[in-house]
This record gives sequence, structure tokens and C-alpha cells, in this order.
Amino acid sequence: MIDIIIGHYNYWIVILLMMAGFYTVINRGNLIKKIAGLNIFQTSVFLLYISIGYVEGGTTPIIADGFTIYSNPLPHVLILTAIVVGVSTTALGLALVVRIKEAYGTIEEDEIHDQDMSL
Amino acid sequence: MIDTLIDITLLAFLTITAIAIIKMRDLFVVIMLFSIFSLHSAGLFVVMDAADVAFTEAAVGAGISTVLMLATLALTKDHNEKRPAHHARIPMLVVLITGGALVYGTYDIPSFGDPHSPAQEHVKPYYIEHSIEDTGVPNTVTAVLASYRGYDTLGEVTVIFTAGIGVMLLIGGRIKRKHKQEDDS
Amino acid sequence: MKHNLILRFIAKYFFPVIALFALYVQFHGDYGPGGGFQAGVILSVAFIFYALVFGMKTTEQVLPFGVLRILASTGVLIYAGTGVVTMLMGGNFLDYDTLSLHPLQGQHIGIIVIELGVGITVSAVMLMIFYAFANRENHD
Repeated sequence: MIDIIIGHYNYWIVILLMMAGFYTVINRGNLIKKIAGLNIFQTSVFLLYISIGYVEGGTTPIIADGFTIYSNPLPHVLILTAIVVGVSTTALGLALVVRIKEAYGTIEEDEIHDQDMSL
Repeated sequence: MIDTLIDITLLAFLTITAIAIIKMRDLFVVIMLFSIFSLHSAGLFVVMDAADVAFTEAAVGAGISTVLMLATLALTKDHNEKRPAHHARIPMLVVLITGGALVYGTYDIPSFGDPHSPAQEHVKPYYIEHSIEDTGVPNTVTAVLASYRGYDTLGEVTVIFTAGIGVMLLIGGRIKRKHKQEDDS
Repeated sequence: MKHNLILRFIAKYFFPVIALFALYVQFHGDYGPGGGFQAGVILSVAFIFYALVFGMKTTEQVLPFGVLRILASTGVLIYAGTGVVTMLMGGNFLDYDTLSLHPLQGQHIGIIVIELGVGITVSAVMLMIFYAFANRENHD
């Protein structure tokens, strides 16, 4: 039991962070806070992936003399692409928030919904 | 031993920051806490031996993302979030069920740091042994990103370019200062 | 923020240091951590810092918007163009072995050229997005 906890506590805390980001997205109404919550969710997923590629006693995957055990370079490559795609999505989302503010006058989700329903 | 201690400290800071982001209602504070979250996760990437990823996360998360969110906050001049009008019971239930299912799924994942897990056995030995003789580049991550999987990187650059074009279409109209003014809709 | 002497001094004298670090990260991505993405973001952060201290009008005199548009497309063109050049030399798309007489030399040339393309596009697009957000206040 105790070695299950020692081997897995990393994953459980990262899942807790994922759920914190998810809760922010579905419960809060402010659009900027939703985008911040989405980014927290994304960053926690990256932490989960890099934890899978970690090797105990290894080092960064740059080949040098004197080291034989390296971490897995494949999750690093995938997460590099994912980080940059994530910032592109955030930039587009924030541009949409600016336009919504100009069109509706507010960035609270239920006020926008009320204005739409009353049309 | 020191590694584990740093790991636990950084994870504790991350959890406190995430809970503070949920609770705070002043948006300026939320954006600053988000930048701190990004920097701590970059530190965690360094502890887990991912130097390239830590570099990118620190530059992009604590740099560009924070600047863009502050610019959005300056354009929508609303600094406080409204108090939520409905109960938090159903979202909390959904979050607990999803979290429980994910934790149940982690019982099958191999231990943290296991050198014989399936993730380390199949493609990784080929990349680590053959990257110097195939490409001549010591940094394995650059070799995989630019040479073995170069096609995916082409798609990624196209995604960034498309995001730039999308932002230009949404908020990139000509400014009033010049004598020519174009419609941006 | 122009009236604050410390910020003005630091923005003026740190700008070349940050740009130099961005170029170092770009070209040493083969031997240490780094590469095109990180270098592009660091270079755009140098310009954003300058714009925050000295204002958008001065920054647009230094780096006009039309130049950014051309630079963003040029980066993608360099990347895809390398692939087409390797096809013309007889190999597959993005097969760097054909770029030179020795395959290892060709790989090295190919990796440096495409990282350059990635760095140019990333810095130009990040600056384009920042210009769009910063200029929105003066919009009609």
C-alpha cells in the first residue's frame, strides 16, 4: 500500500490540479477566468505527460560523455508542440473576449445569455 | 531525497495557487496568480529533467500569456468578477466523478520513475542510440523535433501562423491615427 | 512610463542583451536546450518590453507592421521551401540527406535552416498579436 502511494502521489496531485482547472471552467461565469482555468487544465496535462517520461537516476536527453541513462525525449517533443498550440488558442480566445465585450458590453456569461434571450 | 523534497514543495505551491485562483474575485490578482502557476510548473519540469519544455513553458506561460491577458483586462475595463448566482453542487459532483475515474485509472500506470515501463522500452532506445549517427546533433529533442518528426513541426508552425491571421481578422483593423480608415468587419 | 528614468535606461540597454540571448538560444539549439520556439518568444518579449516603456508609436517607427506581416509568411515559406528543395534534389519531402554531399552535413544544414524559419515565424506572429491588442484602444 505504502509503495503504491510513493509511486503514484505525483499523478494524484496532478489530477487534483486538472480538476481544479476543470471546475473553474464549468462553474465560474467570467470569460477571462474561464480562459485562465482552461490554461491551468492544459498545464496540468503537460505535467502528467512529462511525469510518464521521467526516469529515476537519469538526466536530460542531451547526449554527453559520462551519462548513460537519459529521460525519454518523445514526451518532451509532444509537449513542446502542445504548449505552443495552447498559446495560439489562448490568444484567439482572448481576441474573442475583446470582441464580445464590444458587442454586448459585458463579459459575464449569464448577462450575455440574458441579452441573447431577450432579442 | 532532495529531489523528492523539491518535488513535493513545488506541487504544494501549485495546489495552493490553483485553489486561490478559484476563490479570488479580483481579475488582476487571478492573472498574476496564473503567471506564478506557470513559473512553478516550469520549475517542476526542470526537476523532472525536461530542460527544453521548462524553457518553453517559462517563456510562453509566464511571458506571452500573461501579457495578452493583461492587455485583454485593459481593454475590457472590468476588474471584478460577479458572485456566482447558482449553487456549486452539480459542477462539484461532475468534478468529483471525473477525478475519481481518473484516479481509478492511475492504478495501472507504472510507478513514477520506473526505468522498465512500456513508455521507455519501444521507441526511445532507438532514438537515443541512433540520433548521433543519423543526424549528428547531441540534443535528442531537437533531433526528434526537426528531423525524425519534422512533418509535425511544419503543421505546428502553420497553426501559429493561422492563429496570427485569426487574431488579425478579429481585432486587427486600421487605427484612427492615419488619414485612411478601413472597415474591419 | 517614459518619465521614469530607471525604466527608460533599462529598456534601452537591455534590449540588445535580450536580442543577443535570443540569437544564442536559436543557434545553439543543437548542443543544449533551445531551438526555434524559445528563441522566437524571447525576441518578441524584447520588443514587447520596449513597447511597454516607450509607447506604441515609437515602436511602430522601429518595426512597422507591414514588415511583421512579411516576416511571418517568410518563416513558413522557408520551412516548406526546404521540403520542396529536398524533393527537387531527388529525395522525399523534408529528407535532409539530399541537401549536401555528406548525409550528416545535409542533416545539419536542414535542421539549422528550418529552426531559423520557425524562429522567424514565431517572433513575428507573437508581435503581430501584441500590436493588434495594443492598438485596439485607438480603434473606432
